[in-house]
Amino acid sequence: MIAPAKSDLVTVNVDGKEIAVPKGTNVIEAARLVGVDVPYYCYHPKLTVVGNCRMCLIEMGMPAVDPVSKAPIMDPVTGKQKINWIPRPQIGCATNASPGLHIRTNTPQIKDCREGVMEFLLINHPLDCPICDQAGECKLQEQSTGYGRGYSRFIEQKNVKPKRTQLGPRVTLDDERCILCSRCIRFCKEIAKDDVLGFVDRGSYSTLTCYPGKALANNYSLNTVDICPVGALTSTDFRFKMRVWFLKQTNSIDTESSVGANTVVWSREGVIYRITPRRNDEVNDTWLADSARDLYKPVRAADRLGSPLVSGSAATGEVAMAKAAEFLKSSAGSVAVVGSGRSSVEEQFLTRKLATALQASTHLVSRTGEGDKLLISADRNPNVRGALVIGLIAQLPKSTLGELGAAIDAGRVKAVVSVGEDLAAAGLTTAQLAKVAIVYLGTHANATTAAAKVVLPTLMTFEKNGTFVNQQFRLQKFFKAVPGPTGAVEDVAVLARLVAGCGGAAVAGEINTLWTTIAAEVPALQTVTFANLPETGLLLDATPWATLPFVEGETLHYKPAAQPASS
Amino acid sequence: MNLKPETLKRIDEVIPHYPVKRSAVLPLLHLIQEDAGYISKDAIEWIAAKLELQPINVYEVVTFYPMFRQQPIGRRHVKVCRTLSCALLGGYKTCETFEKEFKTHRGEISPDGEVTIEFVECLASCGTAPVVMIDDDLHEKVDVAKAKALSDQIKAEAKKR
Repeated sequence: MIAPAKSDLVTVNVDGKEIAVPKGTNVIEAARLVGVDVPYYCYHPKLTVVGNCRMCLIEMGMPAVDPVSKAPIMDPVTGKQKINWIPRPQIGCATNASPGLHIRTNTPQIKDCREGVMEFLLINHPLDCPICDQAGECKLQEQSTGYGRGYSRFIEQKNVKPKRTQLGPRVTLDDERCILCSRCIRFCKEIAKDDVLGFVDRGSYSTLTCYPGKALANNYSLNTVDICPVGALTSTDFRFKMRVWFLKQTNSIDTESSVGANTVVWSREGVIYRITPRRNDEVNDTWLADSARDLYKPVRAADRLGSPLVSGSAATGEVAMAKAAEFLKSSAGSVAVVGSGRSSVEEQFLTRKLATALQASTHLVSRTGEGDKLLISADRNPNVRGALVIGLIAQLPKSTLGELGAAIDAGRVKAVVSVGEDLAAAGLTTAQLAKVAIVYLGTHANATTAAAKVVLPTLMTFEKNGTFVNQQFRLQKFFKAVPGPTGAVEDVAVLARLVAGCGGAAVAGEINTLWTTIAAEVPALQTVTFANLPETGLLLDATPWATLPFVEGETLHYKPAAQPASS
Repeated sequence: MNLKPETLKRIDEVIPHYPVKRSAVLPLLHLIQEDAGYISKDAIEWIAAKLELQPINVYEVVTFYPMFRQQPIGRRHVKVCRTLSCALLGGYKTCETFEKEFKTHRGEISPDGEVTIEFVECLASCGTAPVVMIDDDLHEKVDVAKAKALSDQIKAEAKKR
């Protein structure tokens, strides 16, 4: 049985194909649903419609009705209702679906329109694609191939405009390439709420610029580079570093805060070149903070841990893991496990297993900061909720390990396992660190690795598969973009070995197999496997934790639950 | 911003004439240019604050209209038409005469601070070309001799002050 159309759906006809779309959908989106491409530059699904590029021109018509009786006028040739076509083309982006709307995008008039618009856009645009940084991801390049006339009739001099304006610390502007779509201006005004960009000298020499004395310096400035359809706005960091068609795209998650913005990591031959946002209408729309794009820099940092260390001297992974298990097993009962809100769900699951095997107390370190009400929340750990879901913790973490410090001073704790947490930074003193045997799993050298008995180098988010639970309790997965450094072993593999070495039941150290165990043991995740988790994430039931005083304030697509009045 | 009290009064009077404050940008720019002679960066920021806008929004408008000046000018503004009819009948010579008389160049303030001479587009009096507008007064059929006479008149008035 075919379900009846929902009441708020209207039927529109695009190039002869009927489709039901929600009322008010614009023609570009409606055409996309039937697989018809309507080219555009200035339109952006998350910004207001201005209609200034004129590329999305379409022919539009409505079913004819008798002006007096309102009875449909039939066409005797086809036997269908006659369509009154508007003789002039209309812009698709500002035309909303209404019942019976007819659209044509494949007529000679529209072909002419597109060729005309393309010709005008290319008049002052440099035709040096081979040396342009945007080549390969340039809308103007793609659409001049698809909809342009193919050769230029322009024999006059092109306008000369500023070529390398520094709009801000991270954005460089080539004004000659700008096609004046105004997406960046609208982004700054509407999303970043930092209205500093504008067109000056409007006319033949219209120039995009910042207000003199101000800079495009907000933490979302690089989104203007993402949405620029041409090579005008470029990332100062990325420009001319790599051709985009050489880069491999890997889906990932922003680890900067509990927002969990969806990202794409662009890499080539094991080197990451940039991070860009990935559209997820439930989480980050199409945006990403600038700070999140720098997170790959520590991957190749000088203080990256390369070789396992036992009492400060290099050892093989096998020896180090056996030694670590030996230490821990011998002090079972007086071990503390410090998990991390930066670990993936799988790692937190194994951290819990390890703590159970060692009858250890579990701790987590919280990281908080100011939320920016957009894509950075107050909780700077990406996966505190993962630890709650998986049962590693029952209460929200504290910012320092005061309890653990007291337990060490009292002699109740003899050994500490830290999964990537710098214990010194979390408030333990050097004296306390010296009193206990530390097993440290982590990526970079710090005060804790210097004091640790055994150091086991592990991988960063970009080097492994895994999942995070964001502030909405949305389970989202990230993938391995680049291989880890020599000597580093995947966290889950190390943890699984430690669990086995400490007398726990054997668990898989590989993510797909591990998920069968997780699904079996954690009721909230019983239908999940790593493979079937949707790209846009899976919303988990948050009710068991509804009463916890989470620190997040309001951000994009997230409203905190009303806090119970503090007593 | 050092605006005359009556300018401030007129500004406050003009803003509520519009449904949204932003629409008052243009009249405010006119009032301030009338008062101060040009639109300074301070003025742009003052207007933006007054109308709850960002400075860039006002700056866009200022750069669009050539008649909004971003630099100060002389006490008198001599606008010589250079559109077709005036150009054919000697508008360029008229302009050069003014330049010689005041020892200055187009677009600059004369050394005595008295005038700024500029070419402008059609002043809509092609039948009496070449025409010149000095501040708000239109002068018709300004040939070299009349340009000299006008210059002398300006100089004489300057001496009186």
